[in-house]
Amino acid sequence: MYDADLSHLRRLEAEAIFVFREVVAEFEHPVMLYSIGKDSSVLLHLARKAFFPSTPPFPLLHVDTGWKFREMIAFRDKIVAEYGLRLVVHTNEEGRAEGVTPFTHGSSRYTDIMKTEGLRQALDKHKFDAAFGGARRDEEASRAKERILSFRTATHRWDPKNQRPELWSLYNARVGKGESVRAFPLSNWTELDIWQYIYMENIPIVPLYYAAKRPVVERDGILMMVDDDRLPLEPGETPVEKSVRFRTLGCYPLTGAVISQAATLPEIISEMLRARTSERHGRLIDHDQAGSMEKKKQEGYF
Amino acid sequence: MTASSTISAKAELERYIDAQEDKGMLRFITCGSVDDGKSTLIGRLLWDSKLIFDDQLAALEQASSKVGTQGDNIDFALLLDGLQAEREQGITIDVAYRFFSTDKRKFIVADTPGHEQYTRNMATGASSADVAVILINAEKGILTQTMRHSYIVSLVGIRKVILAVNKMDAVDFSQTRFEEIRKAYGEFSHDLGFDEVVAIPLSALKGDNVIKPSANMSWFDGPTILGQLETVDISSAEQNDAFRFPVQWVNRSSSDFRGFAGTVAGGKVQTGDPVLVPSSGQIGTVARIVTFDGDIQEAVAGQAVTIELEEEIEISRGELLSTPDARPDTGDQFEAKIIWMNEEPLLPGRRYLIKLGTSTVPARVTDIKYKVNVNTLEHVAAKTLSLNEIGICNIALERELSFDPYAVNRTTGSFILIDWYSNATLAAGSIDFPLRRASNIHRQFLDIDKKARAEIKRQRPMMLWFTGLSGAGKSTIANIVEQKLHERGKHTYILDGDNVRHGLNKDLGFTDADRVENIRRVAETAKMMIDAGIIVLASFISPFRSERQMARDLVDDNEFWEVFVETSLDVCEERDIKGLYKKARAGEIANFTGIDSAYEPPENAEIRVDGGAGTPEDAADKIVGALEEAGVI
Repeated sequence: MYDADLSHLRRLEAEAIFVFREVVAEFEHPVMLYSIGKDSSVLLHLARKAFFPSTPPFPLLHVDTGWKFREMIAFRDKIVAEYGLRLVVHTNEEGRAEGVTPFTHGSSRYTDIMKTEGLRQALDKHKFDAAFGGARRDEEASRAKERILSFRTATHRWDPKNQRPELWSLYNARVGKGESVRAFPLSNWTELDIWQYIYMENIPIVPLYYAAKRPVVERDGILMMVDDDRLPLEPGETPVEKSVRFRTLGCYPLTGAVISQAATLPEIISEMLRARTSERHGRLIDHDQAGSMEKKKQEGYF
Repeated sequence: MTASSTISAKAELERYIDAQEDKGMLRFITCGSVDDGKSTLIGRLLWDSKLIFDDQLAALEQASSKVGTQGDNIDFALLLDGLQAEREQGITIDVAYRFFSTDKRKFIVADTPGHEQYTRNMATGASSADVAVILINAEKGILTQTMRHSYIVSLVGIRKVILAVNKMDAVDFSQTRFEEIRKAYGEFSHDLGFDEVVAIPLSALKGDNVIKPSANMSWFDGPTILGQLETVDISSAEQNDAFRFPVQWVNRSSSDFRGFAGTVAGGKVQTGDPVLVPSSGQIGTVARIVTFDGDIQEAVAGQAVTIELEEEIEISRGELLSTPDARPDTGDQFEAKIIWMNEEPLLPGRRYLIKLGTSTVPARVTDIKYKVNVNTLEHVAAKTLSLNEIGICNIALERELSFDPYAVNRTTGSFILIDWYSNATLAAGSIDFPLRRASNIHRQFLDIDKKARAEIKRQRPMMLWFTGLSGAGKSTIANIVEQKLHERGKHTYILDGDNVRHGLNKDLGFTDADRVENIRRVAETAKMMIDAGIIVLASFISPFRSERQMARDLVDDNEFWEVFVETSLDVCEERDIKGLYKKARAGEIANFTGIDSAYEPPENAEIRVDGGAGTPEDAADKIVGALEEAGVI
């Protein structure tokens, strides 16, 4: 039950806080996936609200592929220090030792190995039985189908055809040994909600979301930022300075920039309101094959 | 970017956010039978409110031509059927959530599956909705699924319904047909407790009466679908405003702070208000309402806060803080409507877990009063509920909890049932009213079986048949095994010569025939005990294979384990604790096993322990270990 006067953002906020508290109360070893993007920033902000005056009673987990934008890592370290949080960084060392990069193995294989497999390794290693993630149902068709508390088998698999019924706010938090859940407090938020909330609550985000002159090359229709000298330039490619920003942040070779002059939050939001493409458009991994996100999710991707 | 344009963008945004702040949110579901056009309607709403992005459109066009069912037209259903299996089979399996907004409201829509086998997913979507859009295919009229979904919509407490009579283009936009369906639905839904049913004729495919009034149906002067969604009043008049606060988590940020974190589930609370702790009956006073954004004076329904009390009262997760003026019911029995959502049927008497508010305790369905035939709303006698069946049941909790009738409060009056072993969500329910013990003394026949009885004990009933020579150590080992099982809370019973020969079998001697009858009676007794859910330890010399086989055949597979306590005759005779061997050798006892009567050793005993070497303790450990491994305990 809710008061009809609560604005939709306050309702979404309360729903997310409720999910955080349920999971912390019911699971032994929760963790929050922290990907450093805007959704993670909102997620962390909500976690701090849920447990205030305590700090969130779980660590953050960053699965570092080694290909994140440098500004993301700097931002991560600053936030963790400022809020007094515990951070677990995990890299799939076998993948790194084998030289797996987006350029050598393709975005799909690279994501499987460095992100999905890396995540599974980290969850197993630390025996986390619940992992918060910032996924939203408006992002992609298979995400739109997922429960707020989404059950995973002992091998981290999602069975989309046989999800637990989830009625009211009664989340079934019972899992067997080795099994776990992914918890998605932001399930019912839209991209616009996220931006509005960031603005309303003054939540810090990585500066890459704001437009600035950055060196980019255009490849396969995607503007790729030359974040460091590991980006192999193809013949004829010369980085050019363009005013760009990112609508979503991931590994820099897999994340496309958009041409933009929006250097402030109000400008970003008004640009969004006029946008004609969805934010995951800049993500290369969704385009590999039909149903690719569902497949990745079944295998353990967030 | 110039300073002035930044300022204007900021001003534009602030105006926009102000407008957003005034907007309410409406959550609704679309439901109805398969092929009623649910997904098409949502696709149309998203499309016409310009919420389909260019890249999504491109993907949609591509998918439409590949697997679509609308020829060259865009198949809107593909926008929602996001799972690969759904696209391939052309059906909706699970609920999908979509988001759109107009100038008046923000909407979250749950598109729910029409197939009966996915009813639980439909219920999932319905449980969080304020309004239900029930689609009916104008060609087909009211179908079983229409009625099932209407009943579930009513069950989860939705009181506002839009009856969307779709595919009007296929019946030549016939007003007669529309009125026919409207009337039939009105008759059917009369007893479902809806406050309002607004019927709208439409064509989701063509867009008639979805957003724009239809030129083809000028005879209809009611609202469009979107018009109704934008204006339907969802401030629930019936909503009880008694303060309710299920405690989720106790926040101890420092030694001098103890706050109770939760979401207000009804009414409101202010600092200084008295609050009741129902489990202990104590009343505390709200000292502070703590939030990240600072303390607040008042918290209303739907707000997530942390409450600190003046007094030091023991409160943990699961407690339902309430106003002392309108107390919740506190008890361990209630009547409820439940919808069964698992392939394994409901078994009355079986021990399930119930999650009610923030409490999870063991509970049983003690009685199914009747189930509801959703086609006719008739009451049908039932001993069980199968997948997707809805029943009115009595439920008994193992511990008292506080709750409200669902009609009074959706949050404190709803629950789910969870399986102890698989952890599956088995059922969802809404509480009708509490039951006092006195009003529930009369119990109907309960179908309680061996498994149900054993589950109370969290064990698997079985018979451990200890066989071996006299003095082999059978009883000694069986006794230690029983002690070890008892320590683990297992319910056991030992049958041996001492307690059987003095009572049940005191008419029997030691002839071969009497030995056989002795074992037969013991085996039959053990069988009944297994049926009672008990782990039976039978300790008898039982020298003949055929009698041991008879005992084995009496019970189900895996319920009989032969434990061969193998001790040589020399060792047994040397021990001769009861002096029997001496007497037998002296000819004072006839037919003594090992002396003048044969012992037929087991050929395939499940467990073999050496009664000569090692201690009885070791032998018992081996047996308990094997029971553990087999999942008996």
